[in-house]
Amino acid sequence: MNAAEINALIEPERVHRDVYISQDIYRLEMRHLFSNTWVFVGHDSQTPNKGDYITTQIGDQPVIMVRHSDGNIHVLYNRCPHKGTKIAIDRQGNTGKFFRCPYHAWSFKTDGCLLAIPLKKGYENTGLADSPNGKGMKSVGAVHNHRGFVFARLAEDGIDFDSFFGDSLSSLDNMVDRAPEGRLEVSGPPLRYMHQCNWKMLVENQTDTCHPMVAHESSAGTAVRIFKEMGEPQPRPAAMQIIAPFMSPYEFFEDMGIRTWPNGHGHTGVNMSIHSNYDAIPGYFDALRDAYGEDRAKAILDENRHNTVYFPNIMVKAPLAQLRNFIPLAANRTLVESYVYHPVGAPRQLTEMSAMYNRMINAPTSIVGHDDLEMYERAQEGLHAEGMEWVDVRRLYTGPEDFEAEAVENGTTERQMRNQFNAWAKFMTATMGDATSVAAQ
Amino acid sequence: MTGQANGRITRDDVIDFVYNEARMLDEGRFSDWLELWLPDAIYWMPLDYKQDDPVGATSLLYEDNFMLRLRVERLNGERTFSQKPKSRCHHVLQRPFVDVFDPETGTFQTVTQMHYVETRLDEQQLLALTVTHDLSTSDNGLRIAGKKVELLNCDAAFGNIQLLP
Repeated sequence: MNAAEINALIEPERVHRDVYISQDIYRLEMRHLFSNTWVFVGHDSQTPNKGDYITTQIGDQPVIMVRHSDGNIHVLYNRCPHKGTKIAIDRQGNTGKFFRCPYHAWSFKTDGCLLAIPLKKGYENTGLADSPNGKGMKSVGAVHNHRGFVFARLAEDGIDFDSFFGDSLSSLDNMVDRAPEGRLEVSGPPLRYMHQCNWKMLVENQTDTCHPMVAHESSAGTAVRIFKEMGEPQPRPAAMQIIAPFMSPYEFFEDMGIRTWPNGHGHTGVNMSIHSNYDAIPGYFDALRDAYGEDRAKAILDENRHNTVYFPNIMVKAPLAQLRNFIPLAANRTLVESYVYHPVGAPRQLTEMSAMYNRMINAPTSIVGHDDLEMYERAQEGLHAEGMEWVDVRRLYTGPEDFEAEAVENGTTERQMRNQFNAWAKFMTATMGDATSVAAQ
Repeated sequence: MTGQANGRITRDDVIDFVYNEARMLDEGRFSDWLELWLPDAIYWMPLDYKQDDPVGATSLLYEDNFMLRLRVERLNGERTFSQKPKSRCHHVLQRPFVDVFDPETGTFQTVTQMHYVETRLDEQQLLALTVTHDLSTSDNGLRIAGKKVELLNCDAAFGNIQLLP
């Protein structure tokens, strides 16, 4: 497929089903979209010491994020330059001062540089030293650590970090600012939830404000009913704080507002959100005030953004210090990893609230998650129905939209989904010639 | 469950209780199952292997009476779309180890190895479980004071686990 054919899949108010169900499109996404954009890798508190590493994926590419001996984070392709063996497969560990391939003992510094090869004289005058395979483990194109959050761009050249994210970094900043010490620490392993659907359905759902009161009536609606039957005891059960707001009426979500930024980023909860009405945690405001002063502390806590999408494939909840990573494994297969962070200096009770939200909403055992996954998987199958090839994203569409400008709109608009597809086409085709074919990938 | 309310609890009573609880779940008698729980009891399913902090890091489940009731009433609800059609489950139990047996204080603990099968439509999954029951005597006989379900592959990526392992 060439750029024109990719662009033909995206119209202002609808998208072709192939963006969800075509494995050929998926392969192009991995080669282009996930190479040209800045993709989340991990948090630097997962690798606090020299030699600490995690293994993960950027799109379909296996990578290692590692703390080098100079203290900097490096992101390397997880492939021995010799035969292709993955250098590490445990999800996290410490490799000491160097990686050593378990197959033939080629070894590498933690910045990827070749350190040693056994019986090296066998490579004399073979040209290995001048070949890419003789240089060591290959690094990704670029790495950026934004206040602990590590992103990478696979492509050697392309848009720089600040230009790509722009003002959208305000959500990540608010999440970090909510820690009195100005930094976060990962709190336990992520939930890992397998979805038999396309990764973009999950990303779109983060700003889909017309589904909670429908899809989640069985959980949130039942919670509200039980609470009433119990005589509305105070303090209310913890679950009521977290699950009940999903039953808020359409007007609530309309008033919440949606903001979009260039390059596919955006968030729900401009004016307030379902996270605005949580009970205050004793000692938390005092700790923030001591760190920032009264006015700044209030300003930080007054921002209660709901879901912020960082295009292409993560979402953060700043008030709850959460991050969800939607890892695309195939056109119809997505691994969701949901992390909780501890805002350093805040009461542990805050992190307990985040962990509670994570297990109640994002777990494979969650009564809320069950209904979301049900919808995605039904859509993944339903999209194969012939006779209707387009998916509709025109809610509150009023005419041509300029996604290069920040905008704030009614909270039930699907503008953020259109913004994502605008960015999708942009970064899919940025380095795609007119004659690019799937076969050539 | 004879002999619980009016006499001393025997080891067989404790073991029978564990089998009967699994049978209730397999037969879908969730409302009856709720009656087995003491008011302050917690159902915990850790996310991490050998996890020691259930609430400071994410667990798969950490549910009090309110959440368990919500879970059961949702399963019975009209608009529970992920349960149209409904799931079914099946427990196979090894004989429980009775690790704490103290009729004087009414305190008992069992550890039971189980295979748990859950199915819906064309999908079926098998989970290997280590289940710890803390049981106490009440006016109604033995009741659950706490239940911990450890999955052998807790660190794996799962699809939906919708019923109660």
